[in-house]
Amino acid sequence: MINRRETARHKEGASLSRTGLRDRYFAWVQHHRLSAADSLARLLEHPGSSILTWLVIGIALALPVCLSVALDNVAKVSARWDSPAQISLFLQDEVAVDRARQLEVELGVRKDVSETRFISREQALDEFRTLSGFADVLASLKENPLPDLILVTPVATLDGPAVSALRTELQGNSDVAEAVLDMEWLERLNSLMELGRRLVLAVGGMLVIGVLLILGNTIRLAIESRRDEIVIVKLVGGSNSFVRRPFLYTGLWYGVGGGVLAAVVVTSALWFLEEPIGELATLYESAFHLSGLGVMGALNLVILGGILGLAGAWLAVSRHLVYIEPR
Amino acid sequence: MITFDRVSKRYEEGHDALREVSVHINRDELVFLTGHSGAGKSTLLRLIMLMDRPSRGQVTIDGQDLALVRARSIPQHRRNIGVVFQNHQLLFDRTVFDNVALPLIIAGCEHREAGRRVRAALDKVGLLNRERAMPITLSGGEQQRVGIARAVVGKPKILLADEPTGNLDPALSAEIMDLFEEFNQVGVTVLIASHDLVLISRLHHRIITLREGSLVSGSVS
Repeated sequence: MINRRETARHKEGASLSRTGLRDRYFAWVQHHRLSAADSLARLLEHPGSSILTWLVIGIALALPVCLSVALDNVAKVSARWDSPAQISLFLQDEVAVDRARQLEVELGVRKDVSETRFISREQALDEFRTLSGFADVLASLKENPLPDLILVTPVATLDGPAVSALRTELQGNSDVAEAVLDMEWLERLNSLMELGRRLVLAVGGMLVIGVLLILGNTIRLAIESRRDEIVIVKLVGGSNSFVRRPFLYTGLWYGVGGGVLAAVVVTSALWFLEEPIGELATLYESAFHLSGLGVMGALNLVILGGILGLAGAWLAVSRHLVYIEPR
Repeated sequence: MITFDRVSKRYEEGHDALREVSVHINRDELVFLTGHSGAGKSTLLRLIMLMDRPSRGQVTIDGQDLALVRARSIPQHRRNIGVVFQNHQLLFDRTVFDNVALPLIIAGCEHREAGRRVRAALDKVGLLNRERAMPITLSGGEQQRVGIARAVVGKPKILLADEPTGNLDPALSAEIMDLFEEFNQVGVTVLIASHDLVLISRLHHRIITLREGSLVSGSVS
């Protein structure tokens, strides 16, 4: 059955219009392949200038991407201290250790508190002595100036105002000298990050426009250098899209190459920073390590480069190709 | 096949390149177009190629009023016309084969079929053994024959030539004209602009003469 249908189709296919359409499609595909290969070969013919263009595009793309990767890493760090910020309860000096321990337990069973930790004034002093490097100064003190401390971590579902309300309530406890909510620095960090994000967008936007203009100009030069060829192709019946095609591929190759270089630049910058950041993280007793572009990120960068290349080429081609007519 | 009906062309700077030219060229005819330089020969060819539009009058090619051919259909129109130029207009970074194949690639001809037709065209102009050569290594006459092969490879109904023997010596010129006559004999309408009166008057075809944009003789066969 299938065979018979196939034969019937073959017979129909022999008619002129259908074969013509099919052939035209294959020819179209073939010209795309030819243009793509030819454009790439032309770029590789002049490796020096091509590499320069690739580098320019690569670096222009790498700069905002580096900033954005850095921001992502900061966000990853700050996410750990997000809204369920700790409330530090500094206790009155006259509160005894037993009473403090009891308070710790009382607070710990509250529904809006997930965790409490008691740090005695002696513990605090020890910690301060080892971490701050002020051991000598501290040793000269006659008495411990630090108060007892209970760290209260609210449950994760509590939002900012609720945490603030909790702080006010705890402040009202007669054993508590002061309840401090460490939110301010987090808010500052968040607004700084927002600023950073905008900055990345602004810088990225400018560099993208820059890349488009650079590509447009490069393609314009390529068009100028092949002006005679374009005239001849138009004389023997080449359509605008036929003439356009190789230049669009040239733009695509420039963009893709630039994207690949950008990924390389970003990856090597991260690799360069990885060791010192690892050391820094160890010093802060943190398991933090730098997260990079990843395969998807690199792929996106290459695709972005390709799109920019096409767009830049389109810009140049639509402006300049129309004016080249046989005279 | 080609009809000019009271066609005038005035360029923007006010120069009249053609004045009220009416001429009809029949299917299968070979016609020479002559006159001093600036007489309007090239303008007439440019109007057929739609490289320019007439200021007044009507040009009809194969029954098609060219005024109705829109800008986007011009490439399609040009594919039906083979053109030979005085300065060959070859691509010097491509082989002879690729130069001749250009119109077929543009028209979307299938690869193997294109190869077959390119070789047939090169064989016709006697350059089959040079298909891999670069045009720069060829003599002037050979380059012109590559140009002719490119013009006929798409099997156009009309073949135009603008001073095809301009840079060639008499013997080579005669060979080139023989080629045009051969194409004409297989049914191609041929229009050759040339000021080589000695050569063309020997060939016994109709001669259209232009002077300062006006038709002087040869309007009908």
